[in-house]
Amino acid sequence: MDLVVAIIFQLVYGIANLALISLGLAIIFGMMRVINLAHGEFLMLGGYTVVVATNAGVNIWIAMLILAPLVVGIIGVIVERVLIRWLYGRMVDTLLATWGLSLLLIGLVTSIFGASTATTISPPLGIIRIGDYSASGYELFLIGVTIILFIAVFATLKLTRLGLVARGTMQNPEMSSALGVSTTRIYMITFGLGAGVTGLAGGLLAPVTGVLPTIGATYIAKAFITVISGGSAILAGTATGSILLGGINGIFAFITGPTIGEVALLVAAIVLLRLMPRGITGRFFRKFL
Amino acid sequence: MNGGNTLKAMRPVIIFALIGIIFMFLAPYVLQLFTIINLTTAIALAVLALSLALVWGFGGILCFGQVAFFGLGAYAYTIGAINFGGSTWAILVSIMVSAAFAALLGYFVFFGRVSDVYLGVITLTVTLIFFSLIRRTSGPEYKIGNAQIGGFNGVTSPPLNLPWDTSAFLFPEQVFYVAMAALIICYLFCGWLVTTHFGRVCVGIRENELRSELLGYDSRLYKLGIFTISAGIAAVGGVLFCNGVGRITPDVFNLYNAALTIIWVIVGGRGTLIGPIAATFGLFYLTSALGGQSVLNNNLVLGAILIFFVLLVPKGVAPTITDWFVGRRKPRRASRRRRRAGLRDKVKEV
Amino acid sequence: MKSDRDRRDVIVETRNLSMHFGGVRAVEQVDFTLFDKELRCLIGPNGAGKSTFFKCLTGQLTPTSGEVLIRGQQTTGAEPHEVASLGVGIKTQVPNVFDGLSVDENIWLSARRWHKAKRARTITAETIERLKLGDIRREMVGRLAHGQRQWVELGMVVAAEPWLVLLDEPAAGMTHEETARTAELIKEINTQAALIVVEHDMQFIRMISQQVTVFHEGQILMEDTMEAISNDKRAREVYLGNRA
Repeated sequence: MDLVVAIIFQLVYGIANLALISLGLAIIFGMMRVINLAHGEFLMLGGYTVVVATNAGVNIWIAMLILAPLVVGIIGVIVERVLIRWLYGRMVDTLLATWGLSLLLIGLVTSIFGASTATTISPPLGIIRIGDYSASGYELFLIGVTIILFIAVFATLKLTRLGLVARGTMQNPEMSSALGVSTTRIYMITFGLGAGVTGLAGGLLAPVTGVLPTIGATYIAKAFITVISGGSAILAGTATGSILLGGINGIFAFITGPTIGEVALLVAAIVLLRLMPRGITGRFFRKFL
Repeated sequence: MNGGNTLKAMRPVIIFALIGIIFMFLAPYVLQLFTIINLTTAIALAVLALSLALVWGFGGILCFGQVAFFGLGAYAYTIGAINFGGSTWAILVSIMVSAAFAALLGYFVFFGRVSDVYLGVITLTVTLIFFSLIRRTSGPEYKIGNAQIGGFNGVTSPPLNLPWDTSAFLFPEQVFYVAMAALIICYLFCGWLVTTHFGRVCVGIRENELRSELLGYDSRLYKLGIFTISAGIAAVGGVLFCNGVGRITPDVFNLYNAALTIIWVIVGGRGTLIGPIAATFGLFYLTSALGGQSVLNNNLVLGAILIFFVLLVPKGVAPTITDWFVGRRKPRRASRRRRRAGLRDKVKEV
Repeated sequence: MKSDRDRRDVIVETRNLSMHFGGVRAVEQVDFTLFDKELRCLIGPNGAGKSTFFKCLTGQLTPTSGEVLIRGQQTTGAEPHEVASLGVGIKTQVPNVFDGLSVDENIWLSARRWHKAKRARTITAETIERLKLGDIRREMVGRLAHGQRQWVELGMVVAAEPWLVLLDEPAAGMTHEETARTAELIKEINTQAALIVVEHDMQFIRMISQQVTVFHEGQILMEDTMEAISNDKRAREVYLGNRA
């Protein structure tokens, strides 16, 4: 029985992990139809912020929950103003430009911090016991944070005025600007928000994975695939995508090992896209956020 | 092009091919051996670029994972050559394996009407799968026939040998000749292919898939065709790469190399064949030169180049140069035509 | 009760054709018949279902239920290239042409589908001549004016020598003079092929029409000559709004 709980826990953590790293990308993709291939690097920058700040004496919780999203959010706003805004509507070009940005950021960070780990930090919140098995308390924390984050984003989009304006702009930019909304400002804020969420995710994962300039690459593929498979509904898509792909990953990883687990995730994504070319929320849950 | 003189339409391609032939014969006398060996690797990459230029530039198919076919061809060649004890059949196997895989993937994707960005994601995913999978095959139990797959260390590739004597390995200069010849032949082939009916339909599909269908062309078949052909060409590049570098590792499938391939085509110019080839050589030497110093990181430079081109030179180098030349010649003709048209309009109004 | 028309061949038929998009019933149980060499216009207010019906014929849409038969062959849910391969020429509402290619090449690609290179070249030249596109034959279609692009598209249709032609708003955005020329071309085409023309332009329809089918809210309201329709009270309320 304990074993079952422990396994389920790992599975849920895997799903939460996927959802956490994908949410920021989904916000930007869902709201602006921009595929940000520098997403992995935003995660990386969040991680570096936490590691650098913590090593400089800042409290780890402040570094993770406040500093990381703030720093990366600001970087996101700058990126939007300098690069993204020239390419709206040009999906392929944004893909390529953000790919370039990704390489640029990796290069920059490598030049500044060197190519190896900038001193890891250990995960706070020790071990919790599940009968005979132990699990990381931090993982439980992350599951919780992911759920709260989704609720927070949902609340922002559904209940606040900003959220309403943003959703309106996403659906019909011309109408929005006819109503006096500064669409450029909305795009800027949205991109910044997506980046901030990503920075938060990266910061939270820093104790778990360590930081390297190239760590973004391990995330981008999975996040990208989850978002595209999920479809354009931000929350519903990310959630269903994460559950499906993360679930398959976890199950296969448990049965045959992590490599096959990864491959299973990728193959599942291909099959999914073949069956539902517009992603899950292109077919189901279309009215959802 | 429209059934007119094929040779005439291929004139620029033929000219560049001739330049290539001249270079091929002159280079070993003018350049150092080390440079020649390096060039062989660059040529292999140029063939890869050519394959993407064909399928993306002309076919309009956004294949982000073109390196998958390149790497697959390289591995198939290496494993084949080890098992056959010679390179000749291995080359054939390499092309067949890559093309067959592309045909399968293509069938899956094109007949499922998956398009554009989503297609790009799928092809990228495929190359990442290869990367993931092959990296973990280090143990001795991972072998095909006599050949170990070797995991992240990769496999040493048997060099090319004379077709009739498996012990007569080619010297580096000879490998260079083979590589240049392969590049030139593939280039001429692609140049010819885009002038054929098949090629023009592929271009039409790129321009407007619906209209192609409404003319009675099954776009799925044409896309499958050009996708498969480009995979075969990429495999040729893979074979050459094995011989240029001496071994093949799963790094060939990684995200960086997938991006690099795209960059060659963007910088060189989508819609041309020679542009991406030139860009490959250019960027190859740029990154080699940069590799020596530590201030400017490769990633940094490549990223900056990509951003620069997407924002400011979206068509790429070759078309921009062509446009510039055409722009200089046009004014005289255009004004003459406008004057004639103006007159004609006046007559119509009456 | 039905006249001589019965004895002619039925070349397009729909039986109980319906096309629903979620809750929207764009086309609802339509029975439609077209005879050989007929020129039929489809009219109706916006949202009446004409273009949706059109797309069910061309294969761009798979009907929710019902059948489409072209020359007795089931084409319900067929792919557009399968329909075109039967010898059907199609012109869409928004011009679908190859913007990055020349006028010449656009038309050539159409002709070349059916003939070998040499014959295709001849047909291309003839079509360009016939549609008076000679002056712009080397121009990139993307650079042409809207009316000219429509004509290039008509050229592509004509070059395939179809026996059935489906046109969706061929006169849209054309000048008066261009519209008259288009009407002439359509009448010319009618000597060799049957046509279904979806249109809004009343004057244009009067130039070409024989039988007209009026769509309303996804169904066929009536089928008659333009005269009769203009005088019909229902039709006027629904569509003509007492203007025409």
